[in-house]
Amino acid sequence: MPLLAVQDLSISFGGLAALAGVSFDVEAGEVAALIGPNGAGKTTVFNLLTGLYRPTRGRAMLDGEDLLGLVPHEIARRGVARTFQNTEVFRRLSVLDNVLVGQHTRLSGGLLGGLLGSPRVRREEAEARRRAETLLARVGLGDVADVDAASLPLGRQKRLEIARALALGPRLLLLDEPAGGLNPTETRELMRLIRGLRDEDGLAILVVEHNMELVMGISERVVVLHYGKRLAEGKPHEVARNPAVIEAYLGSGSGDADA
Amino acid sequence: MTRARLAGAVAAAAILLAWPLVVPGYFVFLATLVLVNGIVALGLNLLSGYTNQLSFGHAGFFAIGGYATALLTIHAGALPVPVTLLGAGLATALVGLALGIPCLRLEGLYLAMATLAFGFVVVEAILHLDWLTRGNDGLRVPVARLGPLAFSTEASRYYLVVVVTVLMVAGAVNLVRTRTGRAFLAIRESEVAAQTSGVNVAAFKTAAFVVSAFYTGVAGGLFAFVVGYLSPDAFDVFLSVDFLVMIIVGGLGSVGGSLIGAAIVTVLHDSLAAFQNYRPLIFGGIMVAAMLFMPGGVASTARAWRRR
Ligand SMILES: Nc1ncnc2c1ncn2[C@@H]1O[C@H](COP(=O)(O)OP(=O)(O)OP(=O)(O)O)[C@@H](O)[C@H]1O
Ligand SMILES: [Mg+2]
Repeated sequence: MPLLAVQDLSISFGGLAALAGVSFDVEAGEVAALIGPNGAGKTTVFNLLTGLYRPTRGRAMLDGEDLLGLVPHEIARRGVARTFQNTEVFRRLSVLDNVLVGQHTRLSGGLLGGLLGSPRVRREEAEARRRAETLLARVGLGDVADVDAASLPLGRQKRLEIARALALGPRLLLLDEPAGGLNPTETRELMRLIRGLRDEDGLAILVVEHNMELVMGISERVVVLHYGKRLAEGKPHEVARNPAVIEAYLGSGSGDADA
Repeated sequence: MTRARLAGAVAAAAILLAWPLVVPGYFVFLATLVLVNGIVALGLNLLSGYTNQLSFGHAGFFAIGGYATALLTIHAGALPVPVTLLGAGLATALVGLALGIPCLRLEGLYLAMATLAFGFVVVEAILHLDWLTRGNDGLRVPVARLGPLAFSTEASRYYLVVVVTVLMVAGAVNLVRTRTGRAFLAIRESEVAAQTSGVNVAAFKTAAFVVSAFYTGVAGGLFAFVVGYLSPDAFDVFLSVDFLVMIIVGGLGSVGGSLIGAAIVTVLHDSLAAFQNYRPLIFGGIMVAAMLFMPGGVASTARAWRRR
């Protein structure tokens, strides 16, 4: 059984079908890529998988449980974490606090324990802080733990979002254009990080990305969306040679018309 | 704690404790009011500054805490004052829960209108429940007691307020540094990212209302003892606006800023008492100036200075 099985996923906005009957799987411990021209519906898939949108039809089974009836924080509790295409860091919180918020579901300190500063809460907080520092070091942000997230350049904000998502302790990580706006060196670092998350942590990762070097370099499976439909699915080199895929990318011109 | 901070804390504690011994009675009263307002500002800041839910109705919570305290003291005079205050705080928190849940659907201007209406409703309720509250005639509040102790002097009430303030500040400092406080801030910064990080936004927004109401209710209880007399006209919408001015001038999302803002507004009110008619003008001016020149309030301006 795959870790995530998306079946017949469909959603319309004001009569316009943004996704129509999309199905694909993500296996445990694999990196899968979701690609397609601008406006194809990639981010919409993420918004559905994380409960921000309600589907008109379809299911998304995570380990046998349908995610699509759940609200976002319940989905997070089941181990699905994500980043955002247009970064959503907590701007006026420190980098460290951003990652601490990411650990929200792993901590148990309540309102009263917080007010009273109980020893249990203190211990839990100290541990959380250590974990956050470890994660920041891993994404290369160990030196900026105390600065406001807003003051980081875009590339580092993107890495901060990855650290915050990892802080959840996810089974499935959804990355929405993690290489957008990164320079080639940063992109190579990112690829190394993603491979590490798969190989060392055994994470399943679904990545939306326009950068084909990254897609071809790290994914075992590629799903191509076009106008809300699945156009192709397969190994990276198979998909790259698929005439329909080539046509879709060339046919949509710059691809920016409907972004 | 660094040496400088420790020295600062010791100095602050010394001033707080010695204050009634070195200044005339009126300034003891004024300092007491500063602290009472400081507790309200803390509570309001947890809701508006930390969780981004603007309230124009905190005078309502303040009144509920005050009347609950007065009525408890009148009808159950044997209760020790901590129990009375806790009871008043919890009663107000319950009202906060009842207001917070329907407010979940509201944002921005609509939330401001709903809380504004809440403030009016509380005053109307006090007027109409005159068999309980004596309506416009007002209610005399008996002296607070703790066993054999009676808080009948200005100085004794001051110390009572100091102790409660220290506890409330400690609670707020703890809270904002831990999971709940971070969830509040995360909601303010990005509801979408907070949700997908696992924060139950509705639950924490409601929790912010409850904590905020609790703080304000306890402060209202202290206020009842400090002034010794309650009437509904003391809790009008201008008081709610004053509370907001405190946290805007002091600093949204800052514990220290709440206290500084409360001090500034309370002392200004007092010194402008002779110019009653110009008060809205002067306060409006201060508010606009604060937002223009110190957008983060005194707290963030001070932080910026320290960094230089
Ligand atoms: N909340 C919404 N309301 C209305 N239309 C929406 C909404 N979200 C997405 N859409 C539409 O759904 C379609 C797919 O959008 P989506 O953002 O998923 O594309 P994408 O594949 O992520 O594109 P890009 O590569 O530009 O990020 C677009 O036509 C978009 O306008
Ligand atoms: Mg997108």
